[in-house]
Amino acid sequence: MDEIGGKRMLWVDHMIRIRDAQDQSAFAELFSHFGPRVKGFLIKSGADASLAEEVAQEVMATCWHKAHMFDPARASVATWIFTIARNRKIDVLRKQRRPEPEDLGWGPEEDPDQADVMALQQESEILGRAIAELPAAQRELIEKAYFGDLSHSEIADQTGLPLGTIKSRIRLALERLRHAMK
Amino acid sequence: MMMEQNIKHHLTDEILMGYAAGTLPEAFNLMVATHVSLCDTCRAQVAALESIGGEVLDLTADNVVSMDEGSLAATLSLIAGGPVEEIRMPRVKDSILPGPLQDYVGGDLKDIQWRSVGLGVKQAILPTSKDASARLLFIPAGAAMPDHGHHGTEMTMVLQGAFQDEDDYFARGDVEVADSDLHHTPVADIHEDCICLAVTDAPLRFNGLLPKIAQRFVRI
Repeated sequence: MDEIGGKRMLWVDHMIRIRDAQDQSAFAELFSHFGPRVKGFLIKSGADASLAEEVAQEVMATCWHKAHMFDPARASVATWIFTIARNRKIDVLRKQRRPEPEDLGWGPEEDPDQADVMALQQESEILGRAIAELPAAQRELIEKAYFGDLSHSEIADQTGLPLGTIKSRIRLALERLRHAMK
Repeated sequence: MMMEQNIKHHLTDEILMGYAAGTLPEAFNLMVATHVSLCDTCRAQVAALESIGGEVLDLTADNVVSMDEGSLAATLSLIAGGPVEEIRMPRVKDSILPGPLQDYVGGDLKDIQWRSVGLGVKQAILPTSKDASARLLFIPAGAAMPDHGHHGTEMTMVLQGAFQDEDDYFARGDVEVADSDLHHTPVADIHEDCICLAVTDAPLRFNGLLPKIAQRFVRI
Protein backbone atom coordinates (compact mmCIF):
# COMPACT_ATOMS: atom_id res chain seq x y z
CA MET A 1 0.00 0.00 0.00
CA ASP A 2 1.35 3.42 -0.84
CA GLU A 3 1.67 6.49 1.33
CA ILE A 4 -1.88 7.82 0.96
CA GLY A 5 -3.49 4.49 1.80
CA GLY A 6 -1.05 4.17 4.68
CA LYS A 7 -2.06 7.61 5.91
CA ARG A 8 -5.72 6.67 5.97
CA MET A 9 -4.92 3.56 7.99
CA LEU A 10 -2.81 5.77 10.25
CA TRP A 11 -5.85 7.98 10.99
CA VAL A 12 -7.91 4.87 11.69
CA ASP A 13 -5.22 3.77 14.13
CA HIS A 14 -5.32 7.22 15.78
CA MET A 15 -9.09 6.92 16.26
CA ILE A 16 -8.68 3.51 17.88
CA ARG A 17 -6.00 4.89 20.23
CA ILE A 18 -8.33 7.75 21.16
CA ARG A 19 -11.21 5.34 21.73
CA ASP A 20 -9.32 2.68 23.67
CA ALA A 21 -6.63 4.66 25.50
CA GLN A 22 -7.83 8.29 25.50
CA ASP A 23 -4.52 8.97 23.75
CA GLN A 24 -3.96 12.75 23.74
CA SER A 25 -0.94 12.68 21.43
CA ALA A 26 -2.96 10.76 18.81
CA PHE A 27 -5.68 13.38 19.23
CA ALA A 28 -3.16 16.22 18.85
CA GLU A 29 -2.06 14.83 15.47
CA LEU A 30 -5.64 14.30 14.31
CA PHE A 31 -6.43 17.84 15.45
CA SER A 32 -3.53 19.45 13.62
CA HIS A 33 -4.54 17.76 10.36
CA PHE A 34 -8.33 18.00 10.44
CA GLY A 35 -8.94 21.07 12.66
CA PRO A 36 -7.77 23.56 9.99
CA ARG A 37 -9.71 21.71 7.28
CA VAL A 38 -12.93 21.80 9.31
CA LYS A 39 -12.34 25.48 10.07
CA GLY A 40 -11.83 26.20 6.36
CA PHE A 41 -15.01 24.28 5.51
CA LEU A 42 -16.99 26.37 8.04
CA ILE A 43 -15.59 29.66 6.75
CA LYS A 44 -16.47 28.65 3.18
CA SER A 45 -19.96 27.88 4.48
CA GLY A 46 -20.37 31.44 5.74
CA ALA A 47 -19.00 31.47 9.31
CA ASP A 48 -16.69 34.30 10.37
CA ALA A 49 -13.25 33.28 11.62
CA SER A 50 -14.08 33.29 15.32
CA LEU A 51 -17.31 31.28 14.93
CA ALA A 52 -15.51 28.84 12.63
CA GLU A 53 -12.75 28.42 15.23
CA GLU A 54 -15.29 27.77 17.98
CA VAL A 55 -17.32 25.27 15.94
CA ALA A 56 -14.19 23.51 14.63
CA GLN A 57 -13.12 22.98 18.25
CA GLU A 58 -16.56 21.52 19.03
CA VAL A 59 -16.36 19.23 16.00
CA MET A 60 -12.93 17.95 17.07
CA ALA A 61 -14.15 17.46 20.66
CA THR A 62 -17.07 15.44 19.25
CA CYS A 63 -14.53 13.20 17.45
CA TRP A 64 -13.10 12.37 20.88
CA HIS A 65 -16.43 11.82 22.59
CA LYS A 66 -17.92 9.77 19.74
CA ALA A 67 -14.76 7.78 18.95
CA HIS A 68 -16.67 4.60 19.91
CA MET A 69 -19.18 5.36 17.10
CA PHE A 70 -16.55 5.49 14.36
CA ASP A 71 -16.63 2.38 12.17
CA PRO A 72 -13.53 2.09 9.95
CA ALA A 73 -15.23 -0.64 7.89
CA ARG A 74 -17.86 1.92 6.83
CA ALA A 75 -16.09 5.27 6.46
CA SER A 76 -12.70 6.92 6.29
CA VAL A 77 -11.81 9.19 9.19
CA ALA A 78 -12.05 12.17 6.83
CA THR A 79 -15.60 11.21 5.80
CA TRP A 80 -16.67 10.67 9.40
CA ILE A 81 -15.30 14.07 10.44
CA PHE A 82 -16.90 15.67 7.38
CA THR A 83 -20.34 14.40 8.43
CA ILE A 84 -19.86 15.72 11.98
CA ALA A 85 -18.79 19.12 10.61
CA ARG A 86 -21.71 19.16 8.15
CA ASN A 87 -24.20 18.42 10.93
CA ARG A 88 -22.79 21.22 13.09
CA LYS A 89 -22.95 23.55 10.09
CA ILE A 90 -26.67 22.83 9.74
CA ASP A 91 -27.24 23.34 13.48
CA VAL A 92 -25.15 26.43 14.03
CA LEU A 93 -24.86 28.20 10.67
CA ARG A 94 -28.15 27.33 9.02
CA LYS A 95 -29.92 27.23 12.41
CA GLN A 96 -32.00 24.27 11.31
CA ARG A 97 -32.98 21.09 12.95
CA ARG A 98 -31.42 18.11 11.19
CA PRO A 99 -33.76 15.17 10.57
CA GLU A 100 -31.96 11.94 11.48
CA PRO A 101 -32.67 8.78 9.45
CA GLU A 102 -33.49 5.64 11.38
CA ASP A 103 -30.53 3.68 12.65
CA LEU A 104 -29.96 0.38 10.97
CA GLY A 105 -30.11 -1.26 14.36
CA TRP A 106 -26.46 -2.24 14.45
CA GLY A 107 -23.69 0.03 15.68
CA PRO A 108 -20.00 -0.38 14.88
CA GLU A 109 -18.68 -3.81 15.74
CA GLU A 110 -16.25 -4.07 18.60
CA ASP A 111 -13.51 -5.27 16.28
CA PRO A 112 -14.47 -5.07 12.62
CA ASP A 113 -12.73 -7.45 10.24
CA GLN A 114 -9.32 -5.98 9.30
CA ALA A 115 -9.86 -7.01 5.68
CA ASP A 116 -13.10 -4.97 5.56
CA VAL A 117 -11.33 -2.00 7.11
CA MET A 118 -8.45 -2.20 4.63
CA ALA A 119 -10.85 -2.57 1.70
CA LEU A 120 -12.89 0.47 2.72
CA GLN A 121 -9.84 2.63 3.37
CA GLN A 122 -8.32 1.63 0.04
CA GLU A 123 -11.58 2.42 -1.73
CA SER A 124 -11.55 5.88 -0.25
CA GLU A 125 -7.99 6.32 -1.49
CA ILE A 126 -9.07 5.38 -5.02
CA LEU A 127 -11.94 7.82 -4.73
CA GLY A 128 -9.60 10.59 -3.56
CA ARG A 129 -7.31 9.98 -6.51
CA ALA A 130 -10.24 9.91 -8.93
CA ILE A 131 -11.44 13.28 -7.61
CA ALA A 132 -7.93 14.73 -8.00
CA GLU A 133 -7.86 13.47 -11.60
CA LEU A 134 -11.22 14.93 -12.63
CA PRO A 135 -11.06 17.56 -15.36
CA ALA A 136 -10.58 20.94 -13.61
CA ALA A 137 -14.03 22.27 -14.60
CA GLN A 138 -15.74 19.23 -13.06
CA ARG A 139 -13.56 19.11 -9.95
CA GLU A 140 -14.20 22.77 -9.17
CA LEU A 141 -17.94 22.21 -9.30
CA ILE A 142 -17.72 19.16 -7.04
CA GLU A 143 -15.75 21.27 -4.56
CA LYS A 144 -18.31 24.06 -4.77
CA ALA A 145 -21.17 21.60 -4.27
CA TYR A 146 -19.64 20.45 -0.98
CA PHE A 147 -17.83 23.59 0.16
CA GLY A 148 -19.66 26.87 0.20
CA ASP A 149 -23.16 25.90 1.24
CA LEU A 150 -24.46 26.40 -2.29
CA SER A 151 -27.28 24.69 -4.15
CA HIS A 152 -26.75 23.96 -7.83
CA SER A 153 -28.73 27.05 -8.83
CA GLU A 154 -26.71 29.20 -6.39
CA ILE A 155 -23.54 27.82 -8.01
CA ALA A 156 -25.02 28.90 -11.36
CA ASP A 157 -25.60 32.43 -10.00
CA GLN A 158 -22.12 32.59 -8.53
CA THR A 159 -20.22 31.27 -11.53
CA GLY A 160 -22.42 32.77 -14.24
CA LEU A 161 -22.62 29.32 -15.89
CA PRO A 162 -26.05 28.12 -17.04
CA LEU A 163 -27.75 25.77 -14.57
CA GLY A 164 -27.89 23.03 -17.22
CA THR A 165 -24.11 23.17 -17.58
CA ILE A 166 -23.62 22.93 -13.82
CA LYS A 167 -25.92 19.92 -13.61
CA SER A 168 -24.38 18.10 -16.54
CA ARG A 169 -20.80 18.68 -15.32
CA ILE A 170 -21.66 17.37 -11.87
CA ARG A 171 -23.42 14.39 -13.43
CA LEU A 172 -20.36 13.66 -15.58
CA ALA A 173 -18.11 13.96 -12.54
CA LEU A 174 -20.25 11.47 -10.59
CA GLU A 175 -20.20 9.06 -13.53
CA ARG A 176 -16.41 9.22 -13.67
CA LEU A 177 -16.12 8.67 -9.93
CA ARG A 178 -18.51 5.71 -10.09
CA HIS A 179 -16.53 4.25 -12.96
CA ALA A 180 -13.28 4.66 -10.97
CA MET A 181 -14.84 2.83 -8.02
CA LYS A 182 -15.81 -0.25 -10.08
CA MET B 1 -38.54 -0.23 10.60
CA MET B 2 -38.57 -2.76 7.76
CA MET B 3 -36.72 -1.80 4.62
CA GLU B 4 -39.03 -1.73 1.62
CA GLN B 5 -37.69 -4.13 -0.99
CA ASN B 6 -39.76 -2.96 -3.93
CA ILE B 7 -39.03 0.74 -4.13
CA LYS B 8 -38.95 1.72 -7.80
CA HIS B 9 -38.90 5.51 -7.64
CA HIS B 10 -35.84 6.92 -5.90
CA LEU B 11 -34.46 10.33 -5.05
CA THR B 12 -32.21 12.05 -7.59
CA ASP B 13 -28.42 12.35 -7.31
CA GLU B 14 -28.80 16.11 -7.05
CA ILE B 15 -31.03 15.85 -3.98
CA LEU B 16 -28.92 13.13 -2.36
CA MET B 17 -25.77 15.16 -2.98
CA GLY B 18 -27.37 18.22 -1.40
CA TYR B 19 -28.25 16.08 1.61
CA ALA B 20 -24.69 14.73 1.87
CA ALA B 21 -23.26 18.25 1.55
CA GLY B 22 -25.76 19.78 3.97
CA THR B 23 -27.07 22.38 1.52
CA LEU B 24 -30.77 21.45 1.33
CA PRO B 25 -33.68 23.23 3.01
CA GLU B 26 -34.84 21.46 6.18
CA ALA B 27 -38.03 20.13 4.54
CA PHE B 28 -35.94 18.42 1.83
CA ASN B 29 -33.60 16.95 4.44
CA LEU B 30 -36.71 15.55 6.12
CA MET B 31 -37.74 13.91 2.84
CA VAL B 32 -34.30 12.36 2.35
CA ALA B 33 -34.04 11.15 5.96
CA THR B 34 -37.52 9.61 5.68
CA HIS B 35 -36.87 7.92 2.33
CA VAL B 36 -33.45 6.65 3.39
CA SER B 37 -35.08 5.10 6.46
CA LEU B 38 -36.95 2.80 4.05
CA CYS B 39 -34.55 2.57 1.11
CA ASP B 40 -31.20 0.75 1.27
CA THR B 41 -30.27 1.84 -2.25
CA CYS B 42 -30.48 5.55 -1.47
CA ARG B 43 -28.88 5.03 1.95
CA ALA B 44 -25.83 3.51 0.23
CA GLN B 45 -25.87 6.32 -2.29
CA VAL B 46 -25.81 8.91 0.51
CA ALA B 47 -22.84 7.11 2.09
CA ALA B 48 -20.97 7.24 -1.24
CA LEU B 49 -21.74 10.94 -1.67
CA GLU B 50 -20.62 11.64 1.90
CA SER B 51 -17.34 9.93 1.15
CA ILE B 52 -16.81 12.45 -1.68
CA GLY B 53 -17.31 15.17 0.95
CA GLY B 54 -14.68 13.50 3.14
CA GLU B 55 -12.18 13.39 0.29
CA VAL B 56 -12.81 17.01 -0.65
CA LEU B 57 -12.30 17.97 3.00
CA ASP B 58 -9.06 16.02 3.18
CA LEU B 59 -7.55 16.91 -0.18
CA THR B 60 -8.46 20.49 -0.96
CA ALA B 61 -5.41 22.31 0.36
CA ASP B 62 -6.56 25.86 -0.43
CA ASN B 63 -9.48 25.55 2.01
CA VAL B 64 -7.21 24.99 5.01
CA VAL B 65 -7.37 27.77 7.65
CA SER B 66 -5.00 27.64 10.63
CA MET B 67 -6.50 27.16 14.04
CA ASP B 68 -5.93 29.92 16.61
CA GLU B 69 -3.09 29.96 19.13
CA GLY B 70 -4.01 27.73 22.10
CA SER B 71 -6.73 25.98 20.11
CA LEU B 72 -5.70 22.43 20.99
CA ALA B 73 -5.58 23.24 24.72
CA ALA B 74 -9.03 24.86 24.48
CA THR B 75 -10.39 21.76 22.73
CA LEU B 76 -8.87 19.44 25.33
CA SER B 77 -10.62 21.41 28.06
CA LEU B 78 -13.90 21.16 26.08
CA ILE B 79 -13.30 17.42 26.05
CA ALA B 80 -12.62 17.40 29.79
CA GLY B 81 -16.04 19.05 30.28
CA GLY B 82 -17.70 15.89 28.93
CA PRO B 83 -19.97 15.28 25.93
CA VAL B 84 -22.97 17.46 25.16
CA GLU B 85 -26.13 15.52 26.01
CA GLU B 86 -28.29 14.83 22.99
CA ILE B 87 -31.96 14.54 23.78
CA ARG B 88 -33.79 12.27 21.38
CA MET B 89 -37.44 11.36 21.54
CA PRO B 90 -38.13 7.64 21.70
CA ARG B 91 -39.36 6.30 18.37
CA VAL B 92 -42.07 3.69 17.81
CA LYS B 93 -41.07 0.60 15.85
CA ASP B 94 -43.19 -0.74 12.97
CA SER B 95 -45.14 2.47 12.51
CA ILE B 96 -46.41 3.88 9.22
CA LEU B 97 -44.24 6.90 10.04
CA PRO B 98 -40.48 6.34 9.79
CA GLY B 99 -38.49 7.74 12.76
CA PRO B 100 -37.63 11.17 11.33
CA LEU B 101 -41.33 11.87 10.69
CA GLN B 102 -42.24 10.75 14.21
CA ASP B 103 -39.81 13.42 15.46
CA TYR B 104 -41.59 16.11 13.42
CA VAL B 105 -45.13 14.97 14.23
CA GLY B 106 -44.20 14.74 17.90
CA GLY B 107 -45.59 11.21 18.13
CA ASP B 108 -47.18 8.62 15.90
CA LEU B 109 -49.93 8.45 13.26
CA LYS B 110 -52.67 9.11 15.86
CA ASP B 111 -50.93 12.36 16.93
CA ILE B 112 -51.05 14.00 13.50
CA GLN B 113 -53.10 17.23 13.60
CA TRP B 114 -55.01 16.85 10.34
CA ARG B 115 -56.85 19.80 8.78
CA SER B 116 -59.37 19.35 6.04
CA VAL B 117 -58.55 20.80 2.62
CA GLY B 118 -61.89 19.76 1.11
CA LEU B 119 -63.12 16.74 -0.89
CA GLY B 120 -61.95 14.41 1.88
CA VAL B 121 -58.32 15.44 1.46
CA LYS B 122 -56.54 16.40 4.69
CA GLN B 123 -53.13 17.78 5.40
CA ALA B 124 -50.82 18.50 8.31
CA ILE B 125 -48.05 21.06 7.87
CA LEU B 126 -44.83 20.07 9.63
CA PRO B 127 -42.62 22.65 11.34
CA THR B 128 -39.51 23.29 9.21
CA SER B 129 -37.44 26.27 8.15
CA LYS B 130 -39.28 28.56 5.75
CA ASP B 131 -37.13 28.06 2.63
CA ALA B 132 -39.30 25.03 1.83
CA SER B 133 -42.35 23.35 3.31
CA ALA B 134 -43.24 19.82 4.37
CA ARG B 135 -46.67 18.39 4.96
CA LEU B 136 -48.41 15.09 5.36
CA LEU B 137 -51.31 14.47 2.99
CA PHE B 138 -54.26 12.15 3.52
CA ILE B 139 -56.10 11.22 0.32
CA PRO B 140 -59.16 8.94 0.63
CA ALA B 141 -58.94 5.65 -1.31
CA GLY B 142 -59.79 6.26 -4.96
CA ALA B 143 -59.91 10.05 -4.62
CA ALA B 144 -58.04 12.44 -6.88
CA MET B 145 -55.61 14.99 -5.59
CA PRO B 146 -56.56 18.49 -6.76
CA ASP B 147 -55.03 19.11 -10.19
CA HIS B 148 -51.99 21.24 -9.71
CA GLY B 149 -48.85 22.42 -11.41
CA HIS B 150 -45.57 23.24 -9.78
CA HIS B 151 -43.13 26.03 -9.27
CA GLY B 152 -39.74 24.82 -8.16
CA THR B 153 -39.25 21.25 -7.00
CA GLU B 154 -41.87 19.08 -5.35
CA MET B 155 -41.28 15.60 -3.94
CA THR B 156 -44.06 13.28 -2.79
CA MET B 157 -43.38 10.01 -1.01
CA VAL B 158 -45.96 7.34 -0.21
CA LEU B 159 -46.18 6.17 3.41
CA GLN B 160 -49.44 4.21 3.25
CA GLY B 161 -51.55 3.03 0.31
CA ALA B 162 -50.49 4.06 -3.17
CA PHE B 163 -51.20 6.60 -5.86
CA GLN B 164 -50.89 6.78 -9.59
CA ASP B 165 -50.66 9.58 -12.07
CA GLU B 166 -50.74 9.57 -15.85
CA ASP B 167 -47.38 7.80 -16.09
CA ASP B 168 -46.62 5.72 -13.04
CA TYR B 169 -47.68 3.83 -9.92
CA PHE B 170 -46.22 4.82 -6.52
CA ALA B 171 -46.35 2.53 -3.49
CA ARG B 172 -44.86 2.79 0.02
CA GLY B 173 -41.35 4.25 -0.12
CA ASP B 174 -41.64 5.47 -3.72
CA VAL B 175 -40.93 9.17 -4.32
CA GLU B 176 -42.25 11.22 -7.18
CA VAL B 177 -39.91 14.10 -7.98
CA ALA B 178 -41.67 16.81 -9.99
CA ASP B 179 -40.38 20.07 -11.36
CA SER B 180 -42.11 23.07 -12.87
CA ASP B 181 -42.84 21.33 -16.19
CA LEU B 182 -45.11 18.70 -14.72
CA HIS B 183 -48.88 19.09 -14.58
CA HIS B 184 -50.51 16.01 -13.24
CA THR B 185 -53.49 14.56 -11.42
CA PRO B 186 -52.46 11.86 -8.99
CA VAL B 187 -55.22 9.49 -7.85
CA ALA B 188 -55.08 7.40 -4.68
CA ASP B 189 -55.29 3.63 -5.14
CA ILE B 190 -58.80 2.29 -4.52
CA HIS B 191 -57.76 -0.32 -1.94
CA GLU B 192 -56.58 1.92 0.88
CA ASP B 193 -56.51 5.55 2.01
CA CYS B 194 -53.23 7.09 0.94
CA ILE B 195 -50.87 8.97 3.26
CA CYS B 196 -47.93 10.84 1.73
CA LEU B 197 -45.14 13.14 2.75
CA ALA B 198 -44.94 16.07 0.33
CA VAL B 199 -42.21 18.72 0.32
CA THR B 200 -41.81 21.70 -1.95
CA ASP B 201 -39.58 24.75 -2.20
CA ALA B 202 -42.38 26.84 -3.71
CA PRO B 203 -46.11 27.23 -3.08
CA LEU B 204 -48.22 24.84 -5.16
CA ARG B 205 -50.67 26.42 -7.58
CA PHE B 206 -53.99 24.73 -8.01
CA ASN B 207 -55.93 24.92 -11.25
CA GLY B 208 -59.42 24.39 -9.83
CA LEU B 209 -61.44 27.21 -8.20
CA LEU B 210 -62.15 25.56 -4.87
CA PRO B 211 -58.57 24.62 -4.07
CA LYS B 212 -57.45 28.08 -5.13
CA ILE B 213 -59.61 29.63 -2.43
CA ALA B 214 -58.47 27.00 0.04
CA GLN B 215 -54.87 27.76 -0.86
CA ARG B 216 -55.20 31.21 0.64
CA PHE B 217 -56.38 29.92 3.98
CA VAL B 218 -54.52 26.70 4.58
CA ARG B 219 -51.03 27.53 3.26
CA ILE B 220 -50.93 24.79 0.66
